[in-house]
Amino acid sequence: MTLMDAHLIVERGGFRLDLELTIGRGETVALLGPNGAGKTTALRALAGLTPLSGGFLTLDGRDLSATPPEQRPVGVVFQDYLLFPHLSARDNVAFGPRRHGVDRRTAHATADRWLERVGLTDHGRRKPRNLSGGQAQRVALARALAVDPVLLLLDEPLAALDARTRLETRAELRRHLAAHPGATLLVTHDPLDALVLADRLVIVEDGRVVQEGDAATITARPRTDYVAQLVGLNLYRGRGEGHAVRLESGFELTATDVVHGDAFVAFPPAAVALHPSRPDGSPRNTWPATLTDIQRHGDNLRVRLDGPIVVAADITPAAAAYLDLVPGRELWAAVKASETRAYPAE
Amino acid sequence: MTRGRIPGALLVPAICGLIFLVLPLVGLLWRTPWSTLPQRLTEPEVVEALRLSLVTASLATGFCLLLGVPLAWLLARVTFPGRRLVRALITVPLVLPPVVGGIALLLALGRRGLLGGWLDSTFGVSLPFTTAGVVVAEMFVALPFLVISVEGALRGADTRYEEAAATLGATRWTTFTHVTLPLVAPGIAAGGVLCWARALGEFGATITFAGNYPGITQTMPLAVYQTMESGDLDGAVVLSLILLVVSVTILAALRDRWLTAP
Repeated sequence: MTLMDAHLIVERGGFRLDLELTIGRGETVALLGPNGAGKTTALRALAGLTPLSGGFLTLDGRDLSATPPEQRPVGVVFQDYLLFPHLSARDNVAFGPRRHGVDRRTAHATADRWLERVGLTDHGRRKPRNLSGGQAQRVALARALAVDPVLLLLDEPLAALDARTRLETRAELRRHLAAHPGATLLVTHDPLDALVLADRLVIVEDGRVVQEGDAATITARPRTDYVAQLVGLNLYRGRGEGHAVRLESGFELTATDVVHGDAFVAFPPAAVALHPSRPDGSPRNTWPATLTDIQRHGDNLRVRLDGPIVVAADITPAAAAYLDLVPGRELWAAVKASETRAYPAE
Repeated sequence: MTRGRIPGALLVPAICGLIFLVLPLVGLLWRTPWSTLPQRLTEPEVVEALRLSLVTASLATGFCLLLGVPLAWLLARVTFPGRRLVRALITVPLVLPPVVGGIALLLALGRRGLLGGWLDSTFGVSLPFTTAGVVVAEMFVALPFLVISVEGALRGADTRYEEAAATLGATRWTTFTHVTLPLVAPGIAAGGVLCWARALGEFGATITFAGNYPGITQTMPLAVYQTMESGDLDGAVVLSLILLVVSVTILAALRDRWLTAP
């Protein structure tokens, strides 16, 4: 059931955000995109901090398009938390309930309950400057949730944390988001945060939705270079002609899938095999390539190849040594049709 | 730290400048009649002038805070047509000779003035040559100091805290009282002290607008001037010394409490 329905249009100095977004009750949606895609602008528009140039926002059946931020049932966890430095953790959490007309005692009781939920019962009297990054993040979450928001917004909630704290906090955040009965929108540029925390991903580039769906669909069938890079796939667009997809350059890639018309072809870097000379035998897709770059990628090496198509390939260090991989090296690349996926672009 | 010799072309004028600023103060201390100081300090004229100065400067600072902080907030947080003009107008009293300010006040609030005539006929209130007039004159001169320093503090404060407060249900007013004010409190305190010091030393506007009546409008600077005119150099030195001590105390308090605070 749809709890939040929005069409956000924000125009500002040459940038245009035009985003249609719906979130169901209890659902967590991740707004994922590169820097400057308009993710934070969308979040600010939902919170009422940036006015809409057009479109609308309804929440739980109420039209909030022109409602000021303080009257919206929306809670926000800001990127660097913005805990009030002059208030204790407890007073930070009690701030929202107090502004909603709750008396001091009740507000403090609510704050204590939330601090307990995020595991910070003993830290209520501390000022934000005496909290660690992870603790501050939890206080910020407690503060946003203490007003029982219909819509919870999180702006890069884990970006300010170090890798170790991030891992723990991510798991904990997932638990809290699952318990939130309202709608949740998470803005992030980290695909892992999105995959772990969200039920559905909405990918924005240049102020527009380029793809949306659950994690499995998006990782299997990316529709833009950005998404393909996020999920680690080589992605090309061309015309499907049965088992073959002809790219604009004229190059043809063969897949086991059958597609006709405008289509994408994708394969993972690990599917690319490199040979010192033209291989004979089974692979349907072979082409001459020139090595342009080598980088470490986990236990393997990721190489970039120029040629009829630009490709990322993963190879083992042993293979790299055997192939004598230095930039400028001429090689043959091969991908089996069975490892290549083709799917319609429309 | 030092990179080679300090050039004489910079060092000599620097030392001269320092001497120029310090020498008069040394002169004041050197000429102070230390032996008769205790009894001079307790003379009724001195006590009266000091009391009047402290009371009027504190009242003026209080009113300046009441009017100046909202004015600074308006300038820092609200975009309105003519904002630059308003800011320019506020700085005028800052650069205006205080005597001119006093005359301007007379023309506005004097018995025949723009607003003064109406105040007089309607409420029977007349400000010139009263203690209230001293407060008004001091406010006129000191308010710009407060507005400018508080506006600077507000501009330096992170407005995203105010946005965070709004998302938690705080109206603009409660955001101001519960978030903005505590965040810029050090800036307001510094502005207030600056304002108070300026009001305490006010001379030109006060003597023009409020006159020089002992016990009513004769503040410390006016008393210094009059004592000096009457040929009592020792008396003038004692009064000056008091003002010097008060000023240095404020400076020290400012440095320790606010200026060096993070």
